[in-house]
Amino acid sequence: MTELLRKTAEELGRLIAAREVSAAEVAQAHLDRIAEVEPKVNAFLHVNADAALAQARAVDERIARGEKLGPLAGVPVAHKDVFTTTGMPTTAGSKILEGWLPPYDATVTRRLREAGLVILGKTNLDEFAMGSSTENSAYGPTHNPWDLSRIPGGSSGGSSAAVAAYEAPLSTGTDTGGSIRQPAAVTGIVGMKPTYGGSSRYGLIAFASSLDTPGPFARNVLDAALLHEAFSGHDVMDSTSIAAEVPPVVEAARQADIAGLRVGVVKEFGGEGYQPGVLARFREAVDLLESLGAKVVEVSCPSFGYALPAYYLIAPSECSSNLARFDAMRYGLRVGDDGTRSAEEVMALTRAAGFGPEVKRRIMLGTYALSSGYYDAYYGQAQKVRTLIARDFDAAFHQVDVLVSPTTPTTAFPIGERADDPMAMYLADLCTIPTNLAGNAAISVPCGLADEDGLPVGLQIMAPVLGDDRCYRVGAAVEKALEDRWGGPLLAKAPAL
Amino acid sequence: MADTETLMPYDEALERFEPVLGLETHVELGTASKMFCGCPTEFGAPPNTQVCPVCLALPGSLPVANAEAIESTIRIGLALNCSIAEWCRFARKNYFYPDMPKNYQISQYDEPLCTDGYLDVVVDGRTVRIEIERVHLEEDTGKSTHVGGSTGRIHGADYSIVDYNRAGIPLVEIVTKPIAGTDTLAPEVARAYVTELRELVRTLGVSDVRMEEGSMRCDVNVSLMPRGSSEWGTRTETKNVNSLRSVERAVRGEIERQAAILADGGRITQETRHFHEETGRTTSGRSKEEAQDYRYFPEPDLLPIAPDREWVAALKAALPELPSVRRSRLQAEWGVSDLDMAAMHNADAIELVEATVAAGAPAADARKWWMGELARRANEAGTALAELSITPAEVARVTELVASGALNDKLARQVLEGVLAGEGSPDDVVAKRGLQIVNDEGELSAIIDKVLADNADAADKVRSGKVAAVGALVGGVMKASRGKADAARARELILEKLGVS
Amino acid sequence: MSAITRDEVAHLARLSRLALADEELDHFAAQLDQIVGAVARVAEVAADDIPPSSHALPLTNVFRPDEIRPSLAPEQALSGAPAVEDDRFRVPRILGEEA
Repeated sequence: MTELLRKTAEELGRLIAAREVSAAEVAQAHLDRIAEVEPKVNAFLHVNADAALAQARAVDERIARGEKLGPLAGVPVAHKDVFTTTGMPTTAGSKILEGWLPPYDATVTRRLREAGLVILGKTNLDEFAMGSSTENSAYGPTHNPWDLSRIPGGSSGGSSAAVAAYEAPLSTGTDTGGSIRQPAAVTGIVGMKPTYGGSSRYGLIAFASSLDTPGPFARNVLDAALLHEAFSGHDVMDSTSIAAEVPPVVEAARQADIAGLRVGVVKEFGGEGYQPGVLARFREAVDLLESLGAKVVEVSCPSFGYALPAYYLIAPSECSSNLARFDAMRYGLRVGDDGTRSAEEVMALTRAAGFGPEVKRRIMLGTYALSSGYYDAYYGQAQKVRTLIARDFDAAFHQVDVLVSPTTPTTAFPIGERADDPMAMYLADLCTIPTNLAGNAAISVPCGLADEDGLPVGLQIMAPVLGDDRCYRVGAAVEKALEDRWGGPLLAKAPAL
Repeated sequence: MADTETLMPYDEALERFEPVLGLETHVELGTASKMFCGCPTEFGAPPNTQVCPVCLALPGSLPVANAEAIESTIRIGLALNCSIAEWCRFARKNYFYPDMPKNYQISQYDEPLCTDGYLDVVVDGRTVRIEIERVHLEEDTGKSTHVGGSTGRIHGADYSIVDYNRAGIPLVEIVTKPIAGTDTLAPEVARAYVTELRELVRTLGVSDVRMEEGSMRCDVNVSLMPRGSSEWGTRTETKNVNSLRSVERAVRGEIERQAAILADGGRITQETRHFHEETGRTTSGRSKEEAQDYRYFPEPDLLPIAPDREWVAALKAALPELPSVRRSRLQAEWGVSDLDMAAMHNADAIELVEATVAAGAPAADARKWWMGELARRANEAGTALAELSITPAEVARVTELVASGALNDKLARQVLEGVLAGEGSPDDVVAKRGLQIVNDEGELSAIIDKVLADNADAADKVRSGKVAAVGALVGGVMKASRGKADAARARELILEKLGVS
Repeated sequence: MSAITRDEVAHLARLSRLALADEELDHFAAQLDQIVGAVARVAEVAADDIPPSSHALPLTNVFRPDEIRPSLAPEQALSGAPAVEDDRFRVPRILGEEA
């Protein structure tokens, strides 16, 4: 593995801008790495080799002409295959969209192109971002670079694995119930779920509209902040986008000082169902925060216990409607159109053939929860729980500046272990879901390896709405202290592929 | 097939049953861009040229609401005396249909923008208050063309082709409360309501409300209850009734059909029915295997609407003069009877008369030409008055020519004919057809001399004092001059020449 | 008690336009029953006086001005279509009118 691959995105950006290395060399190094490890990892659904090199050369030319570009110009990025990209297929990990070439770029895609980032390709995911393991992809599972027999998390598992395997220094993901933070945690990297509305959903293939949030993956906190800043901010194409400045995330990541900060430990997270090694690393992280000058208190969020059931009503309800457009009429797969069948029959046959089991489960669950007669008891009640969870956060953030918890109850589980046990799978998102329901910000940063299995554990840092910078500030402080302790990044401990 | 159903004669049906109506009217707003995206809304563009990721429901696309459409809806609500919601949301109405790209329609459910209003209409001299239940905003669907089979209709087609240009055009739905107590006037009340609503919307300038282009469409609900009963019957909903005349016919036809079924001891099926323009009858829509469950829920991609109170008050204050108020004013200005005013209203002539008056014509003349000769021509051609290819300014010019003595009524009718035939302006037609009244005394005198010579008998009668016989001579002059002579002057000259005074 | 029966799954599948095989119906019935049983816990929360949240954040009134933006070219619009005829999306015969 060449040294270029180990560099941070921030370093690569500086080297490229200073013409000490060309963007084309950087792209080629990553493409070579992809060619080398993809047979083992399967992080990518599509590799954009020729276009990536062309894009990199164009950046090099602009720099040679003396143009002043952004800090990540020429740095490679991999996109979760749920963002639309012109010139590249976009499948959402589903057979129903196999080969679909979108005629437009997602806002996230477009902004990163404009910032000069080089798109390496599209990464694997649980079909339509529904899952916590990337096993629900129609194109085969992605493998965790720490242990190829284990899941890389999900739904953005291709993006987390690609960054953890040094196939890309940066990647994008989406977080609906933990789909960025959980994969980041189990692959030992940084993953951030911005404030809902802080990053545009335009061109993000919807799973659950009121929860979906695009966010960055990186191997360190500063890189994540740089990527976050590059694609975030108000977008007139997304009604739910917040018309406010992007919080000063890069500045916060560089600051990394938490003296006097008030940190709350969520009382409700921990105990039964949590792996001892995860809890041990989490407690050490809390001690570390205290040693860095933070004031740590325990905070109770009584409604968080109902977040998981509320989520599994709200998200499927929205998805049942969002996925109705995949009907074989305008784009995508069409099955059974033999000239005798009706449109209705062709729709039903196509959807049965094109969607995987988890997607079907959630569509039917959502259809059930929205049905007249059940609406109030299920969807309506879940929305009230959502209000209560937001109130719990409000109360907590009156007492403390950030809340912390383990990102996930366990480390990466073996591929296949929970594949046909939806309830067990859903537990992976226990600690991440409340933030999605309330719309606030949260990050996962590596906090060590569990003793039982030697696999990465993530620390989740939650901040109020538009307090994204606090996640980076605390995350960077923890990262710095731990890397000093470890003598380098956690990923350095990962086995070579 | 449903077409063989028996009907009960209307009068008999009304003797035995009392109708209850409900009208749901969809109005396509005339915004420049669609409801949730920036695609243009122009009618008649080539297929799928006014579509984008949003209105095609491409994966990843998101709606953003058109501010103008929200404002237009609120203005319609205010003009209908509605309350405007302080906070309301869009909702998704979920059902699969190929012409609806997302397979849900963004609409409003239990939180419409406008509620509880009314619209007064006058039918047969009686004012009927139509209560408005709600006014809400939603989006239109695409258009399917059914290919194959013999009829071009949906049933029996081999496949369909879909154009999504119309998908996403803002659509305002105006729903009445049940309208009872209209008695034998039910069809006329329905028509008067739609007419009044159309005029109101047009006055607001928020839609061109062209029923023939589908920018205004009506669904007509009808139920019957036996006389003396107070329990409403089962209603049917007749979809897409697309002209004023059809509204009236659909109500009448449905009353006749339901009455026959009920009188025969049958039951009305709650169903959707389709109106057939050619026969004036309705037929049953596809019976649904299971009841529709639209699974409405608040649209998460769009934020709630909370119209600012001051803004709403300002919109209300800025409403234009509404049609009923305007009609009262014009009636007073023009000095016409209730009956004449109603006739003009029914003929859609008020605006035309008003514009003609504005172009300089006396009100009585403007009304005479539009309601007389031009109404007759429109009727012959089977078009609406406003569709005639003549402008109010041209009509005003004709009245001016008559008033100045340059034309008489007969010639004026020929001028109108020429304008309608595309021969140019009234002055062009006068010139091209040579329709000027003959005012040249020499020419007129020569014609009279010839007529007197040719009709010596009649001339003698006049000379001998039978002045009434002069009519035949004047007629001869008019004939000889091919109508261009000034008849009054001709009479004077004839009497002069014959020595009678 | 079982909340979701096989018949109910069949009904949900019809509403969702999913042509499921018989064995899928059985499998999903068991799983959905388990999931619905678990999520039904939301009913335990006393929330009668709590307003529901349909959105993550309490924002209102986001509109766009009524301005035309470029549409797709027809060939782009139709580029993903399974079948095209006369610049229109060709679809199988439609059974009947709904809504």
